[in-house]
Amino acid sequence: MSATHPFGAGPRGNIDPILNEVMHALDRLLTDNESTAIDLSSLPFGPGEIEELEEQLGIGEIKAELDALGKSLIRETIYPGVWWLEHRNTDGETAGRYIEITRVPEILKAQDADIGAGLKQLNRRLEPVGDAAVT
Amino acid sequence: MKDERTLGEVLLAKGVSRRGFMKYCSATASLLALPPAMVPRIASALESARRPSVIWLSFQECTGCTESLTRSSSPTLEGLIFDSISLDYHHTLQAASGDAAEAARHAAMEENRGEYLVLVDGSIPLGNPGYSTIAGISNVDMLKETVADAAAVISVGSCAAFGGIPGANPNPTGAVAVNELVKDMPVVNLPGCPPIPTVITAVLAQFLTFGQLPDLDHYGRPRAFFGQTIHDRCYRRPFYEQGRFAETFDDEGARLGWCLYKLGCRGPITYNACATVKWNQGTSFPIESGHPCLGCSEPGFWDEGGFYQPISTARIGGGTALGTAVAAGAAIGAAAAAMSRRRQAKTIKEG
Ligand code: SF4
Ligand code: SF4
Repeated sequence: MSATHPFGAGPRGNIDPILNEVMHALDRLLTDNESTAIDLSSLPFGPGEIEELEEQLGIGEIKAELDALGKSLIRETIYPGVWWLEHRNTDGETAGRYIEITRVPEILKAQDADIGAGLKQLNRRLEPVGDAAVT
Repeated sequence: MKDERTLGEVLLAKGVSRRGFMKYCSATASLLALPPAMVPRIASALESARRPSVIWLSFQECTGCTESLTRSSSPTLEGLIFDSISLDYHHTLQAASGDAAEAARHAAMEENRGEYLVLVDGSIPLGNPGYSTIAGISNVDMLKETVADAAAVISVGSCAAFGGIPGANPNPTGAVAVNELVKDMPVVNLPGCPPIPTVITAVLAQFLTFGQLPDLDHYGRPRAFFGQTIHDRCYRRPFYEQGRFAETFDDEGARLGWCLYKLGCRGPITYNACATVKWNQGTSFPIESGHPCLGCSEPGFWDEGGFYQPISTARIGGGTALGTAVAAGAAIGAAAAAMSRRRQAKTIKEG
């Protein structure tokens, strides 16, 4: 059963207010270098509304997939600096949806702890076999 | 044995990368209804948090509350929060039974004196202690003994919080809620039949992250989840405002997704987070499936008249409560949604 929305075919419940918020956040990013994140999970979306919001934001130039504790899909929307983030769990179920208004989402950047772990691993790999046996 | 590892160490041992950990922290912020800007603070708190010991007591219950949590836990992100506690006693889930199980409960109490959490599902029969016993110990005795050195008690589900089905008229076992017996320590009520699993894990996450219990309403429920009615956040609300109601479950209004008020919806007087947190990993909630809210997170919801009678004809405060709730709901709804949106969109200064 699909529910019709009382506002008819025009803009629906939450979409316009969120787009407005995104617009103000983009302005702040440009003028004050301030990032904003909107957690979509606590907003009362009706059936189909979130998909419509996603469609309105569209698909931009960058798409990335993160594989940590399940997949995460990160992509820029048609508005540069506006990112759609979707975290999934290991069963592929959605665990969180966010709109981030930022230059690069933090989760895409390599993190110091992981860089350190990678460095150690590479170091070990390049150790001469004889030395490794000594240590 | 007491687990001394921090949560950061536990996750690292599971091979969770820093990015994975950040994802976990974002999910925790969502759970706690905190703005995403709080993620770095949550990350540093969780990294060094020690796993709290949890003793889970099940009394007069149907195991639906445990099902609600465990069905949703592994392998979701929230599941990790559940995994990151040290569940030292739960007689439905643990392998040990009888004396060995009771010894585990006593050991957890001893080793974590003053720091452990007690989770309870089910109500406690006072009519005759023999109505419900575990290892020969009556529910009331086990509760009193176990909470003696606890940090706090969390009543999971409407039975533990308000007496629930066992306490419904004529209450044959003399069932009472946990907070009628535990008076000298914080008791958090997480009602619902069953409660939303996310709400259970959120309270655990808050304790884990900040070492604090959430802010509570007058029924002892966390305000973050029970601060607004289903009606305040219901996506069918515009139909309600326009007076468009489904009159039967298969009429034109029902097909068009109109308001379910006339079919008995208790949304206007029910405080819970179903309309936003939703069920089954955020898939939907009963009203989205065309069924009215039954009011399961409110005290005495079983005794409030027929589920399919409009609340104006049901037995709630002689019928006047509805008028007030509906009128207030209409005014509060829009403002609450706007406030919540503002709260969600806190900003972070770029470093
Ligand atoms: S009465 Fe029920 S269905 Fe109608 S708007 Fe309120 S919560 Fe939604
Ligand atoms: S919609 Fe109402 S009856 Fe259903 S789970 Fe939520 S509070 Fe309980």
